[in-house]
Amino acid sequence: MRMETPIGRVRGLGSARSGTHHWWLERLTSVSTLLLFVWFLVALLRLPSLDHDTVTGWLGQPLAAAPMLLLIVSTFWHLKLGLQVVVEDYVHDGGLKAFSIILVNFFAIALGALAFYSVLKIAFGGEA
Amino acid sequence: MHRNPARPLSPHLTIWRWGPHMLVSILHRMTGVGLATVGAIAFTWWLAAAASGPEAYDSFRDCADDWYGLIIWVGLTWAFFQHTLSGLRHFVMDMGAGYALQTNKFWATMTVAGAIVLAVLTWLYILEVRS
Repeated sequence: MRMETPIGRVRGLGSARSGTHHWWLERLTSVSTLLLFVWFLVALLRLPSLDHDTVTGWLGQPLAAAPMLLLIVSTFWHLKLGLQVVVEDYVHDGGLKAFSIILVNFFAIALGALAFYSVLKIAFGGEA
Repeated sequence: MHRNPARPLSPHLTIWRWGPHMLVSILHRMTGVGLATVGAIAFTWWLAAAASGPEAYDSFRDCADDWYGLIIWVGLTWAFFQHTLSGLRHFVMDMGAGYALQTNKFWATMTVAGAIVLAVLTWLYILEVRS
């Protein structure tokens, strides 16, 4: 007995080909985000102050800038996956769902790019 | 999409007795969305302001140090610990463990209590260092 639906057979996409991919990436990025955030919060709490010179001086060091860039990629990837699941679960109208998913992806990538570029600018000493 | 309104439906939220596991489940989503929106914007604003120069950084700090800024930081601290602890609970449950009723209830409660304790400890430390 075939357990596939006719449309599933036409599309040629059986279950478990890519069904767990999103789920797996969300778990993977949650581990990396957690590790990087432990580093970030400890480093932040250990800074003598949070004024401009201290923060840019700290982020100017390779051993602060590199993990910070990884943290940004990991965190924004994780939040893009997470927000998308929330949209998929609660927005049922097809058009609105597609629009919301596009919005979530644009939001995550645009904000992540701004954060990423800001760290690069500080790290390469281009601050005004 | 065609739907038969007379089809049998599984019982939904309203029929279940409220328990800590349900609270933690929805808190995980709410704190996740909060961190992903408010947290991500605050974090990026901080970095972009630092990269833009001292004046931009000052205007960030004016908001960050104000009373409403403080409420947001405390809220984000709690949301971070709640999301982290319930996320760790998800790892255990992904391995197929921790589903026995009492165990599940216990650890659900512990994530809520643990997040509050960790947030309070963090802020005690911050205020201790500042003073």
